Amino acid sequence: MANIISDETIEYVGILAKLELSDEEKEQAKKDMGSMLDYIDKLNELDTTGVEPMSHVFPVNNVFREDVVTNGDDRDNILANAPEEKDGAFVVPKTFD
Amino acid sequence: MSLMKMTAVELGSRIKSKEISAVEAARAALDQIKSVEDKVNSYVTVLDEDVVLERAARVQQEIEAGKLTGPLAGVPVAIKDNMCTEGILTTCSSKILSNFKPGFSSEAVLNLEKAGAVILGKTNMDEFAMGSTTETSYFGPTKNPWNTAHVPGGSSGGSCSAVAAGECFYALGSDTGGSIRQPSSFCGVTGIKPTYGTVSRYGLIAYGSSLDQIGPVAKDVTDCAVILDTIASYDAKDSTSVKREYDFASALKDDVKGMRIGIPKDYFGEGLDSEVKEAVLNVAKTLEKKGAIVEEFDLSLVSYAIPAYYVIASAEASSNLARFDGVKYGYRTEDYEGLHNMYKKTRSEGFGPEVKRRIMLGSFVLSSGYYDAYYLKALRTKALIKQAFDKAFASYDMILAPAAPTTAPKLGDSLSDPIKMYLGDIYTISVNLAGLPGISVPCGIDSKGLPIGAQFIGNCFDEKKIIQAAYSYEKTRDMMLSDMCV
Repeated sequence: MANIISDETIEYVGILAKLELSDEEKEQAKKDMGSMLDYIDKLNELDTTGVEPMSHVFPVNNVFREDVVTNGDDRDNILANAPEEKDGAFVVPKTFD
Repeated sequence: MSLMKMTAVELGSRIKSKEISAVEAARAALDQIKSVEDKVNSYVTVLDEDVVLERAARVQQEIEAGKLTGPLAGVPVAIKDNMCTEGILTTCSSKILSNFKPGFSSEAVLNLEKAGAVILGKTNMDEFAMGSTTETSYFGPTKNPWNTAHVPGGSSGGSCSAVAAGECFYALGSDTGGSIRQPSSFCGVTGIKPTYGTVSRYGLIAYGSSLDQIGPVAKDVTDCAVILDTIASYDAKDSTSVKREYDFASALKDDVKGMRIGIPKDYFGEGLDSEVKEAVLNVAKTLEKKGAIVEEFDLSLVSYAIPAYYVIASAEASSNLARFDGVKYGYRTEDYEGLHNMYKKTRSEGFGPEVKRRIMLGSFVLSSGYYDAYYLKALRTKALIKQAFDKAFASYDMILAPAAPTTAPKLGDSLSDPIKMYLGDIYTISVNLAGLPGISVPCGIDSKGLPIGAQFIGNCFDEKKIIQAAYSYEKTRDMMLSDMCV
């Protein structure tokens, strides 16, 4: 395997991805990501000098509209799916003292 | 059972002529679900019988009142479980959405309902559409109705198996890297991935937003064209929706005279099963006999499509799936200390291994220091792949290819080696990268008794050409591939 993923990298990716991995999962993730990147490195065979990155196949432009509210008050409908709600708001754990 | 062998359009016309009522059709579908569902597991959710029959009765009234006159009025349908359906569980086959009942319906579903569709339930899929076998579902794998020891393909495996097993008359699927066309080929049904932007993605739970498209899965090409006419619409709520012409059903003509069909040599080399190869090349011979001009050519860049896809799709997935955090909807972990711990534990318990693998890869390729080397490199590769297709379509009206390198593998054989599983998407993935339309049609059965699919790929907005070619081919096919095996 050409790409060796370090413990630090997996730790960092875990922070970015907001995932908490067990030791066993970390070892598996290091192996999987290493072999995926080895495979992806195949792209380096291609000379892409001067090629513009293409994010969309068609030209995509911003769609503008007047800044007016068009949807109704959907609060209760939306909150119906909340794991926890109180007084018309989402409840989250305390974030500061 | 013979009722369930009808195509959606046949059923629709018999409902219109009052030979069959929408209620009878719904009851027949529910009965078939009852008798085979425990063998195939096509559905995550089957709606209550009362709800389905009540809706069917209402649709029947509107047909009789002359309010619903379309070809799909009263025809029962199944919806892939990544499309939001108001008040109906929409799980993406994931634990993290296992209790999610959306407050709205996706645009494609609304378009069907306006046309008088009767929804039967929500079909199983790979978790968040990430997979090629429907084995990564939190609700257990779907099995191939032709042989239940085999997978139905994925990620729209539940939609395709439901159509093949007669558990609905047609279904909606979604296709990010082949997720309609590959399972259609494995299940012996017909499926279209339209040009990017043709069907609104509003209410489709995003995986790779620049690649995702909703499309029909059905028993034949006619159904697919009619369903696509019904679900396609310009939608201001989807910023990548394209204003374009539809009228796909007008292309249902048995005529390929003078059509130029290109066969990419690089699609027929190493890794392609010999029986699949023979069956797909027979399609070319058939079309040639009917007057098409068939030629081999070099498409090039084929082996770069999969690595480019996994960088782009994983990057988009890592961003799209950031919204699942246990705050607004879905699963929340039981015990946690503080906000960040709640996010992390919710996501770690709520996502399965394949989803985590792709979120991590996506986070990595987008992280500073790697963005240029991986993400931008993949987007540059995508531009080259698009150019290769542009060049091909300057010479050909369409490309003929296999839908997948093999027929359906056995359950449990694919997940152990992700890269090997990803290679199964080699003939479908570049179509998504280039935003092209593709249709998979059954073209044979291998020595194991499993269906083989051929894929017609068209230039952007050229659905009509591939529909016409697929329809013309279908007219020559003597076997009825939707004969059920369950």
